[in-house]
Amino acid sequence: MSNKVIHAIYNDDDVLMDAVKQTRAAHHHIEEIYTPFPVHGLDKAMGLAPTRIAIAAFLYGITGLSIYTALMNFIMINDWPQDIGGKPSFSYIDNMPAFVPIMFEGTVFFAAHLMVITFYMRSKLWPFKKAENPDVRTTDDHFLMEVGVHGNEEELVSFFTSTGAVEVKVIEKH
Amino acid sequence: MYTFSSKLKTFSFILMALGVVGIVAGFLNAPKTIEDVEKLLADSHHNEASHSEKVSHDAHAAHAVEATHAEAKVVDSVKVEAVDSTHAVAEAVDSSAVAAVAVAETHSDNHDSHKKDELAHSDDEHQKHLEHVLHQLQNKPWSALYVACIFFMLISVGVLAFYAIQYAAQAGWSPILFRVMESITGYLLPGSIIFFILLVAASMHWGHNHIFVWMNPDVINPKHADYDKLIDLKSGYLNVPFFLGRAAVFLIVWNLYRYFSRKNSLAQDAASDNSNYKKNFKLAAGFLVFFIVSESMMSWDWIMSVDPHWYSTLFGWYVFASFFVSGITVIAMTTLYLKSKGYLEQVNTSHIHDLAKFMFGISIFWTYLWFSQFMLIWYSNIPEEVTYFVTRIEHYRLPFFGMLALNFIFPLLILINTDFKRLTWIVVMAGTVILFGHYIDFFNMIMPATVGDQWFIGLPEIGALLFFLGLFIFVVFTTLTKAPLVAKGNPFIEESKHFHY
Repeated sequence: MSNKVIHAIYNDDDVLMDAVKQTRAAHHHIEEIYTPFPVHGLDKAMGLAPTRIAIAAFLYGITGLSIYTALMNFIMINDWPQDIGGKPSFSYIDNMPAFVPIMFEGTVFFAAHLMVITFYMRSKLWPFKKAENPDVRTTDDHFLMEVGVHGNEEELVSFFTSTGAVEVKVIEKH
Repeated sequence: MYTFSSKLKTFSFILMALGVVGIVAGFLNAPKTIEDVEKLLADSHHNEASHSEKVSHDAHAAHAVEATHAEAKVVDSVKVEAVDSTHAVAEAVDSSAVAAVAVAETHSDNHDSHKKDELAHSDDEHQKHLEHVLHQLQNKPWSALYVACIFFMLISVGVLAFYAIQYAAQAGWSPILFRVMESITGYLLPGSIIFFILLVAASMHWGHNHIFVWMNPDVINPKHADYDKLIDLKSGYLNVPFFLGRAAVFLIVWNLYRYFSRKNSLAQDAASDNSNYKKNFKLAAGFLVFFIVSESMMSWDWIMSVDPHWYSTLFGWYVFASFFVSGITVIAMTTLYLKSKGYLEQVNTSHIHDLAKFMFGISIFWTYLWFSQFMLIWYSNIPEEVTYFVTRIEHYRLPFFGMLALNFIFPLLILINTDFKRLTWIVVMAGTVILFGHYIDFFNMIMPATVGDQWFIGLPEIGALLFFLGLFIFVVFTTLTKAPLVAKGNPFIEESKHFHY
């Protein structure tokens, strides 16, 4: 079993989308696609499992809401109750409207930051990480599809050329 | 072309017939004289007394106990007064408690002297109170009619604004839904005619219609006992001729926009160039500028002025969010109904998803505005502002907080999920709840000022709601039959047909 992969390079996202559909229809295994910008619908065309980040975000939001509710309850009601604007802080529920902006911001803060951190970890991105894209042009205006080579190499190359690739390379992957 | 199914047509007629029965019954059941009111109050006397004890402050509870020792003859007035003087007592004993409503001061006077000689004073007070309740109960069928009428009319206005935004933004996803939107705005003309008649009825005080207290000439007459300086100071703006004139201008301009945009949209179907579309684009931009100003003013005029002492600067936006989300919900539900009947086959789940996103987003937006208004007034606790919420929380507790659950918590939880926004039954269920919640929202805007604590969702309210729902369905689906369901001449129609997300 060789570690050979094909790098098919495209210069248009519509051409790429069609090529992905054809490649999938021909039952070639797409290992990865590198694009300079998020291509709409590419994940579905590649057959990737749907993201679960929404569920994570919801849980993070709930966490933030609980933490900030408890926080305001401790600061404003339990620890040091004050009479602000003729509204003495003796009960959380009576003073709740004043805490709503803080509870809301806490929810957003937790959901947003933890979501970004989750996304980076899940995508294996962290500071000082070496870039993975095999061709610098994928950071500019080219799209690269990496496909595992199984079987006839020549046939594969001609197949990808026929899908509209501007360049098809066979690469030995380490 | 759509054909109006006879089943739906019959259904709308049944709704209208039932509605008329409810409305007429409401007017016939309204008390005519003070004696009627006295009898009504005597019947519900026991309930009221126990209710007042429950909601009142400690000081007041003592008063209620005292009242039970009073002579049988005056028990009525004491108990009845107990309800009204809740605010007055609260003001006297607890400065941190919410402030008194406009009438509270006179009541507190009466309350003090009342302790000294109960018998002498109670008669006068009793008569005054009965008259007040009589006016509230006579307002009730009018208010019920008014709430349902303005709600359905504003739904079509909300859809008109949404439609104009689609044109002004040159949106590519929505042209497939344009004919649905145009049909819903078809209700604008009949809706605004009926609404204008109701405004005239209020101005002329037909059938004891006192929805707008500032229209009473006595309140701006310095020699009269009912003279109200605050209303008098506003009379340069709040006077009947100017009020009706503004209403006429707003309604006419909105209807003109609706007429011309529909005309151009139909002409575009057969046109060889895009000139009609361009005209509509410019019309939409112009309309939106006019709309943003007129919408705010109409909310002051038609809704906020029922409480002529009270004002809130973001009220216009808040009302707008309410009927905008209702309008979008109606677009989604009408589209889903048509799809279920096999029409609009090019509308896919992506279109429904987008509409549901708007339903979700504008529901949150509505909550944001509602809360912004509420929190500032609650926190600053200025008497003339906070009475608005005090009356609602004391006498309208269930609709007031229930509406928050219906309009915010329910849509938030049910529509937050991406996949749910594509499911027909979820969108229909959420839409039903949203529409009901925003009807209650309008109910809460009007009723506390016009009928006070005499509110009840009974025959006149349900009747008015059914009548306007029936009329709405009839007009909208009749308009749908007038033109092909796809605006095929729209330059973005191909994009809309293939819209996919």
